[in-house]
Amino acid sequence: MPRLSYRKALNRALADELARDEEVFLLGEDIRVAASAVTAGLLKRFGPERVRDTPLSEQAFTSFATGAALVGARPVVEFQIPALLFLVFEQIVNHAHKFPLMTGGQCAVPVTYLVPGSGSRTGWAGQHSDHPYSLFAHAGVTTVVPATPADAYGLLVSAIRCDDPVVVFAPAAAMELRAEVGDPVPVPLGRGRVHRTGDDVTVVAVGHLVHDALAVADELAGEVSVEVFDPRTLYPFDWDGLLGSVARTGRLVVVDDSNRSCGIAGEVIATVVEQVRLQALPRRVTRPDGAVLPFAPALDRAVQPGRELLRQAITHVSKDG
Amino acid sequence: MSGADPTRLYRTVRLIRRFEERAIGLVRSGHIVGGIHPYLGQEGVAAGVCAALRPGDVVAGTHRGHGHVLAKGADPARMMAELCGRVTGLNRGRGGSMHAADFAVGVLGANAIVGAGGAIVTGAVWARRRRGEDLVGVSFLGDGAVNEGMLLEAFNLAALWRVPVLFVCENNGYATTMPVADAVAGSIPARAEAFGIRASTVDGQDPAAVHAGTAAALARMRSDGAPEFLEARTFRFDVHHTFEHAVRLDYRSPAEVTRGRSRDPVRIAGSRLSAAERAAVDADVEAVLETAVAQALAAAEPDPATALEYLYASGLTARTGGG
Ligand SMILES: Cc1ncc(C[n+]2csc(CCOP(=O)(O)OP(=O)(O)O)c2C)c(N)n1
Ligand SMILES: [Mg+2]
Repeated sequence: MPRLSYRKALNRALADELARDEEVFLLGEDIRVAASAVTAGLLKRFGPERVRDTPLSEQAFTSFATGAALVGARPVVEFQIPALLFLVFEQIVNHAHKFPLMTGGQCAVPVTYLVPGSGSRTGWAGQHSDHPYSLFAHAGVTTVVPATPADAYGLLVSAIRCDDPVVVFAPAAAMELRAEVGDPVPVPLGRGRVHRTGDDVTVVAVGHLVHDALAVADELAGEVSVEVFDPRTLYPFDWDGLLGSVARTGRLVVVDDSNRSCGIAGEVIATVVEQVRLQALPRRVTRPDGAVLPFAPALDRAVQPGRELLRQAITHVSKDG
Repeated sequence: MSGADPTRLYRTVRLIRRFEERAIGLVRSGHIVGGIHPYLGQEGVAAGVCAALRPGDVVAGTHRGHGHVLAKGADPARMMAELCGRVTGLNRGRGGSMHAADFAVGVLGANAIVGAGGAIVTGAVWARRRRGEDLVGVSFLGDGAVNEGMLLEAFNLAALWRVPVLFVCENNGYATTMPVADAVAGSIPARAEAFGIRASTVDGQDPAAVHAGTAAALARMRSDGAPEFLEARTFRFDVHHTFEHAVRLDYRSPAEVTRGRSRDPVRIAGSRLSAAERAAVDADVEAVLETAVAQALAAAEPDPATALEYLYASGLTARTGGG
């Protein structure tokens, strides 16, 4: 089977959707020359009208996309840095997201916001290393964090076809992954995936952390049988899929690259314990409260949820109760 | 360039004037909750601009947006029902005064965030022109908006990408209580000129002058595709927002208000009609608004069970907040 890189999967999803639907176009900074590589070759194939380099005007081009979407276009907006989403949070949450309800259903805003390289990019320090997916889940904006090349392709395609705004976080730590992928296909939004079945503990892992969870599950294989659940879409969350898993295992650990307060891990635990009587207290492994990623690599790693903390959490939960 | 039909201009300013007066009455009687930002005194701007537009053109309004929506052709009865939060409203009672929209007549919505409309209408016009449609857009904005960075970014995009949007600045001298002189370094038209956007200034109290300035700008825009900026000097006759009817804010002297109110767009437009023509329009407007108010008050309020309807165009259903 051919091997597909995560980055190439995003590129292929963009190319396929541009080819399939004339209403799709791309906006972003340095996308003509594909500084992030996800738009490589697209200018040549689709031209500058549909692969539009923007001035450094994130707020205006984000709302420009909203306006285009209001009249039927399907823009994809690339952001060079995850923190740029803070700059356009108002434009996404207060306008794109609110227009359908506020107009009483007169319009749709099918915009995709793509962040190739979210989370830590070792060495890029405080202002380039955020992972603000929980903010968008909180706001009720469809939010996806693909873990694998196949999901990167499939979720980006579904995001572009979705009639609502969708934020796609492509974690920097997953961008270089390669996997054998036959013919990549759309992946439905809001549907999780069990990467590994197990009987003792359900580990919910977000984005690149799926691979850490799988590695830890392998290491612990003799002692604990770990099920790894990848929600893939954080909002809307696949609660049925997760509750099915937890109902069987009775134990829950969440590993999430958000700051601890109000991160998606807190929501996952709250929702599960509202509905399932767990056999042990659940645990979460996250960034610390108010995390700012420091520059030095050892410090940067120290504030990210890592394998050691995850191992401890799984071991703890499996012995408890 | 043909002048606008004086009867049509008068009818529009008169309709907006009386609509706002009726709406203020409904605020006082408690039928409109949350209050409104009355457009009183500025009617000539919306009327003059929209009279120069074609049906397929699009506009984006502001928090002081009733005039824009009515002048572009929305049904006053459905607009009034929207202000009253009824299911028959333009937005089915989901938007209210600051979000009234009517996509069917090209109103992409009033917008409660100052300076937000410019980029949205620029994107909408660009996307439709890309399909080969021939249209222009109007972004109404207040003098307060010219200090919002996002609007200045939108000027840049519109100029750079040659998107024919007319940015109409309704300079009524104040952003809430903040005088223009204390808020704007440089001049308002110079904001646009800095981006190579042609800018002009018109007397916003005279709808015919606004129409002429708009028509001239639109003619240039339709021929070369470039955006333009039109500053309409105007005066807000009443409060910033109806909350001020209860809480007096001291920022305009009575003499200034008297002077400002002396140039009334309704009177100016009316003076171009005979008394009989005026009386006929007035009677028609009264009848339209009588029906609008009666229909709005008779219409059903939305069912609370439908509060989250239209949240997602994709059909996604949100979890409710209950325990
Ligand atoms: C971005 C933003 N800042 C502040 C407000 C609060 N606010 C609402 S209207 C207004 C004044 C706007 O002045 P201007 O643009 O001149 O319009 P006018 O009210 O005079 O019509 C302010 C400060 C807002 N709605 N949006
Ligand atoms: Mg003002």
